Amino acid sequence: MKIRSEQFKGNVRKQLADEALQSNLSRFGGGFADRRRDALVKVDDFEALRDRGASIRAEVLENLDYWLLKFEAEAQRRGTQVHWAETGAEANQILLNIARNAGVQRVVKSKSMVSEESGLNEVLTEAGMTVTETDLGEYILQLANEPPSHIIAPAIHKSRDEVSALFEKHHGTPRTDDIPSLCEEARGQLRPHFLAADMGVSGGNFLIAETGSVTIVTNEGNGRMVTTLPRVHVAMTGIEKVLPTLEDLSAILRLLPRSATGQDITNYVSILTGVRDEGAMDGPQENHVILVDNGRSRLLGGDLHDALRCIRCGACMNHCPVYQNIGGHAYGWVYPGPIGAILTPAFLGLEKALDLPQASTLCAACEVVCPVRIPLPDLMRVLREKELTQGLRPWHERLSIRLWRWLALHPGWYAFAARWGTRLLRGMAGSDRLLHTLPGLDGWTQGRDMPAPQGETFRDQWRKKQAAERKIIPIRLDSSPSEKKAGLKK
Amino acid sequence: MSARDRILERVRAGLKRPTPVSVARPERSLAPMARPVSHLLNDFIARAESLQSTVAQVADLNAVPAAVAEYLQAQGLPRKSVIWPSLKALDWFSSGLTAEARPPVSEDRLGITETFCGIAETGTLLLHSGVDHFSTTSLLPETHIAILRVDRLVERMEQAFALMQSELDQLPRATNFISGPSRTADIEQTIVIGAHGPRRVHIILVG
Repeated sequence: MKIRSEQFKGNVRKQLADEALQSNLSRFGGGFADRRRDALVKVDDFEALRDRGASIRAEVLENLDYWLLKFEAEAQRRGTQVHWAETGAEANQILLNIARNAGVQRVVKSKSMVSEESGLNEVLTEAGMTVTETDLGEYILQLANEPPSHIIAPAIHKSRDEVSALFEKHHGTPRTDDIPSLCEEARGQLRPHFLAADMGVSGGNFLIAETGSVTIVTNEGNGRMVTTLPRVHVAMTGIEKVLPTLEDLSAILRLLPRSATGQDITNYVSILTGVRDEGAMDGPQENHVILVDNGRSRLLGGDLHDALRCIRCGACMNHCPVYQNIGGHAYGWVYPGPIGAILTPAFLGLEKALDLPQASTLCAACEVVCPVRIPLPDLMRVLREKELTQGLRPWHERLSIRLWRWLALHPGWYAFAARWGTRLLRGMAGSDRLLHTLPGLDGWTQGRDMPAPQGETFRDQWRKKQAAERKIIPIRLDSSPSEKKAGLKK
Repeated sequence: MSARDRILERVRAGLKRPTPVSVARPERSLAPMARPVSHLLNDFIARAESLQSTVAQVADLNAVPAAVAEYLQAQGLPRKSVIWPSLKALDWFSSGLTAEARPPVSEDRLGITETFCGIAETGTLLLHSGVDHFSTTSLLPETHIAILRVDRLVERMEQAFALMQSELDQLPRATNFISGPSRTADIEQTIVIGAHGPRRVHIILVG
């Protein structure tokens, strides 16, 4: 996928000025988050499930090589061909070779975020094949020639009117504002594609090591079509998606749909193992799995290691106030929202996504809802620190942080600067006691006024309060050694 | 060095150790069920219905064709079906039904299958593929009727997997959890039933 994460600020400005998009995003608010909340009301002990999910995923990562090799051996034993790709481009090439060797003309796809990373559709199209996305959201975006803006609801930024306009243009059907009619139309359009395809490409929500299976979690049934009807099936997925056993899958399945859409379970969970049985009437004769690294292995053992626990539920973006205002496209690559603010710089390089880890108030809503307890705000902080220590922040930001650091280490000067700084701001404010502009901070004041500080600084007030109390309560100047020690620790 | 070797090498380097020969997994009790099951049958029915499946119950397998006919009558659907070969022996004719034991084509409007087991935890049907178990019967027709014996109900997903492991030589090519008719919420987060798969899932419990 084309990388636009470097232009984050420009993207944001565009998204905020886009009235149609803003109206579509305003609808987003409740949706998934409300449904998740309603689903959790029925759950006995979701926190215990989150603990289990986090520990399973952490355990897999600790022995990722072992589980991958076990998966590979089991999958091969069942006749699945396992391929390894270091990059997205390599994964595309592998898939293209599979398609060419099998004489494939028509490809149907169910949703795969890894294939968005690699830009697979373009490569297949250039090679002369027809590629049809079959997830309704992805299909709409294929018609609109746009990337997804959400990992589980790719076309969440589109209104029914926009969808209807696209269908009118591409199917030649009359406009409608009836959502079921639009879905019906897509069903009718896509059914022939399923039946005619030679190859189905899917993602893989999970790989099961003990059985060599690929698990796909879907609602529409397109995932089942894509993996059942064509004679070749290729699943493209990240190397971190392994789970040791079906028992682990059971635990994770209790977390994923509830966290994602507030469903107790998705309509379909397909556990796919090997090729068509001898004498069977359906199922692919050729089955492949492409294990894609594309930057993942570099994170293992490092300070972003925990991000690899992610099971791609989308809860972090569903609950993110920043995502809800700017939409997924602003993030400029495959993964938006808080997890995208970590994965994009982690996979592509920090210099490609400097603004993403900054695009958060660190309110921690994402961390509170993450089903596998990824400490998302901490990881964003790690990236922010890296940007600073690697000299990747603008000079004025680096300078102001140095200045602040110096002041923080020199309390006398800090008090002095605070006292005079507040007076200065007060002087700059008008009679309404508001600052309408601040030099160098117009990004902040463009959308809001800053109230000028009133009264004395906290430090001055604190000193006065202490002095007043001292008059009443005599303070002990001597303290026991243990208290001293505790004080030192702080 | 192949891509595989280089990826595994980076994994080992990151984890700072060679690939272990075996991995001892921590002792764990079964994962908590999100929603515990207090009554196998009642909870299965309630949860299946909450996912827009419909449920009927009959005393024995011979009563299934009449139950199917009744359902089709109520829904105003044609009395023509494709079925799994294992259901051939039932007397469909007496209930005024045609039932063909073959894989469906896209135009077939009703598919009738058996069910490996039902999972009460989520109101889910577990079907698996096989020579006589066409996966497409529960996928292509717009109505799917699943026949499920009450003694094949289990509480939780782990038990369903254990049942498969004990009764089948190996995991089938496709194991499908089916929880209600297919749906989408991809336009304006509005839930619409009947995306690419069946629009109706009707469960006939036997026993």
